[in-house]
Amino acid sequence: MDVRDKLQVLADAAKYDASCASSGAKTTRPGSTIGSTEGMGICHSYTPDGRCVSLLKILLTNYCIYDCQYCVNRISSDTPRARFTVDEVVSLTMEFYKRNYIEGLFLSSGIIQTSDYTMEQLIAVAKKLRTEQRYGGYIHLKTIPNASQSLIEEAGLWADRLSVNIELPTEGDLYKLAPEKKKPQIEGAMAGIRDKIDETKQEQKAGFKPPRFTPAGQSTQMIVGATDAPDVEVLKTASQLYSVQNLRRVYYSAYSPIPHADARLPGQSPPLVREHRLYQADWLIRFYGFDASEIVAEADQNLSLDIDPKLAWALANRHYFPVDVNKASREELLRVPGIGARNVKRILNIRRFQSLASGDMKKLRVAWNRAKFFVLTANHNPALLNLDKLDLRSKAEPKTKQLMLFDAASSALSGEV
Amino acid sequence: MQSIHVDTFDDWRDAARRLLASGVSPTDVQWIGGTERSLFDDEPSPTAADLGGEGTTPSVPKAFLELARYVASHRESGRWSLLYRTLWRLTHGERHLLEVTTDDDVYRLTQMRKAVSRDIHKMKAFVRFRKVDTIDAEEQFVAWHRSDHRILRLAAPFFARRFSGMHWSILTPDESVTWDQTSLHYGPGVPASEAPSEDALEDLWKAYYASIFNPARVKVAAMKREMPVRHWPTLPEAELIDDLLREAPARADAMIQTNEGFAETAAHFMPEHGDLVSLRQAASTCRACPLHQCATQTVFGEGSPTARIVLVGEQPGDREDIEGHPFVGPAGKLLDEALKQAGIERREVYITNVVKHFKFRETETPRGKRRLHQKPDSREIYACRPWLEAELAAIGPQVIVCLGATAAQALFGRDFAITKDRGNVMRTDWCDITIATWHPAAILRMQDAARQSQMRTQLVEDLASVK
Repeated sequence: MDVRDKLQVLADAAKYDASCASSGAKTTRPGSTIGSTEGMGICHSYTPDGRCVSLLKILLTNYCIYDCQYCVNRISSDTPRARFTVDEVVSLTMEFYKRNYIEGLFLSSGIIQTSDYTMEQLIAVAKKLRTEQRYGGYIHLKTIPNASQSLIEEAGLWADRLSVNIELPTEGDLYKLAPEKKKPQIEGAMAGIRDKIDETKQEQKAGFKPPRFTPAGQSTQMIVGATDAPDVEVLKTASQLYSVQNLRRVYYSAYSPIPHADARLPGQSPPLVREHRLYQADWLIRFYGFDASEIVAEADQNLSLDIDPKLAWALANRHYFPVDVNKASREELLRVPGIGARNVKRILNIRRFQSLASGDMKKLRVAWNRAKFFVLTANHNPALLNLDKLDLRSKAEPKTKQLMLFDAASSALSGEV
Repeated sequence: MQSIHVDTFDDWRDAARRLLASGVSPTDVQWIGGTERSLFDDEPSPTAADLGGEGTTPSVPKAFLELARYVASHRESGRWSLLYRTLWRLTHGERHLLEVTTDDDVYRLTQMRKAVSRDIHKMKAFVRFRKVDTIDAEEQFVAWHRSDHRILRLAAPFFARRFSGMHWSILTPDESVTWDQTSLHYGPGVPASEAPSEDALEDLWKAYYASIFNPARVKVAAMKREMPVRHWPTLPEAELIDDLLREAPARADAMIQTNEGFAETAAHFMPEHGDLVSLRQAASTCRACPLHQCATQTVFGEGSPTARIVLVGEQPGDREDIEGHPFVGPAGKLLDEALKQAGIERREVYITNVVKHFKFRETETPRGKRRLHQKPDSREIYACRPWLEAELAAIGPQVIVCLGATAAQALFGRDFAITKDRGNVMRTDWCDITIATWHPAAILRMQDAARQSQMRTQLVEDLASVK
């Protein structure tokens, strides 16, 4: 099998992983000659699925001793198998990077022999890139479940970001679909990374110069739609991970049908709109001061699919409105549908010098069709009359479904709702 | 009315500084860009030095200078006068003008700046270096890129920092730049026809691009918004897009149609308590895979519940299936002998198989029907593996000996090669000392007598090594 064949097998196996961001490492490693981490969010290409290609996202091998049902690489699947050598991955990364095809490397692996052995192989790639190639670009390593803490700490010296995948939102889901993976072990690994990050930061504060340790922090991925866990469970798990483990990002990956799918899973198209709503809700938790339980208002504990979560919240909490854009606090403004965090900042800035009318709001490119029902402006805003009417929902929701799918991708990235 | 020629941000800044110091109102200046001509083309327009007015210029917010630097790269001809008008307002009573993003002038400037920033961002993303041959041994990379605005000088320092240890050039129709690992050198514009046309690595890159695309999630509009079609000609992977899109529906359907495996595994039959007695009881009714339909009975592991060593075979054979005990047939006899020679008592160990039901094919022979052993497939192995894991958890052995490739691959993974790694001690998630050796049946089937006796010796040695 030549490198091209291996690349096809091992990139194909990695395409279900949602995380792609290359941001968060604020400075480039000193002493590097090729590669930097200064360009936040550079996507070097896009595939027809609308997702960006920013990293060389591959598996070191797709052989695996685990049998997780949702995974195409589980041991009981008949998918074709391949294994890269350490040198092959190093060379591919460098050659792709030098041609400006990629922003860095995202390396994951099936588990071969033992967790520690597999982790050592991943570390070998990163270490070689840093020390022999003097590569300063982005490296994201996916830690292997149950790998020992000392190896995770070594990985953090070479990688910009580490991730430990939570995989599924609840312990019961894990038991059913990924019997080898245990929530306490997963969270134990995350806590190990968090402790080391905290320790590094404390040393920096105290004036020491500790070695770099995952400057871009840690992230995780959760598969959505493979089990019947409702959105509220997904979001509660996510907010717990943000607060307890201090994660930078939780990625939600709509369960996608996989070739060689396990018969225990239903074949279906991925629930992309649900995935998108979860990203929006995630944003509301992190940057808008919402709590997981208040965002999900529907009786079945799932996010509404036809309207965004902030609009859904506003419709269910009309007593909170209207909000006066010229007087309201930052926290209040953040809760207005159609006004994103950046525009809240702009509004607060502008109103120090002049008051805002509805025309100004349109100039700021707030989503006026949603916002207009909820705000007082300097001039008369006739749309406000609808605030207490029963048909407000039908007036405020997007006019066509197509439109919603259109803006889904960009707002999933920016999170503005 | 004064006419002023400017080409670059620096020209504009010098002129603007002097005009401002002389109190020239924006309505009294006509700004003319490098390629544009004024109505009075013959008259030499005054240069910055001619304008006089050495007086002190009032300070302007730093943010404005940065904004102006970006807007200066925009191709719109009105940019110079818009910048001067804004500068005038900033210094004539509207110091906080830039904060008022809803102001018409500020709004236009902000939009222009956004367009330039986006263009720079796209340049950082879509420049594609191609490796070219050079006389000296150093690698040399060249890219050709068409940007919407004149942004090369704003973007080049980024490439110098990122690719500092490389020789590279970026060619654009307006201007070109070269990095020699020390400094940036700017030169004239270059047409696309003079740029290198290929790189051997593009094939690998396209293979990656096609493989990372998930046909189950097509979103063409999102792709085109982020990767504008006008950049496609310089992106080698873009030529694959049509085909990928055409094949996507069929590929996604095929992904959904072809599932494999069984709806259940042994995990669904696990008893509440994980002791060996409960496990054996529960396993006797296991229906996780179809093998239970033809086999006589479940053949569960046997031996000491506190065994230090667990031996793991592939699956029960004909005799085992009838008697209900593991390793009682010809292979079992051979194993007994080998254990004895290695100095291990069979009653001290625990012996089991990866698959607990006999898999076979029936053939007609002159003397009646015969049941021929068939190797279990990966689905059957992994449907049954939870029993083995439960046995290992209940016993907690210090040593696991895998007999044959099937057992070894179930515990080490499918890339395990028994001919290569036989007898090597490895650590697995189940046990610190795990080794693999020949399956006794493989020794019995070996035709070559010398090889057979060698394998037998190795089996004994491997067993003795973990005694």
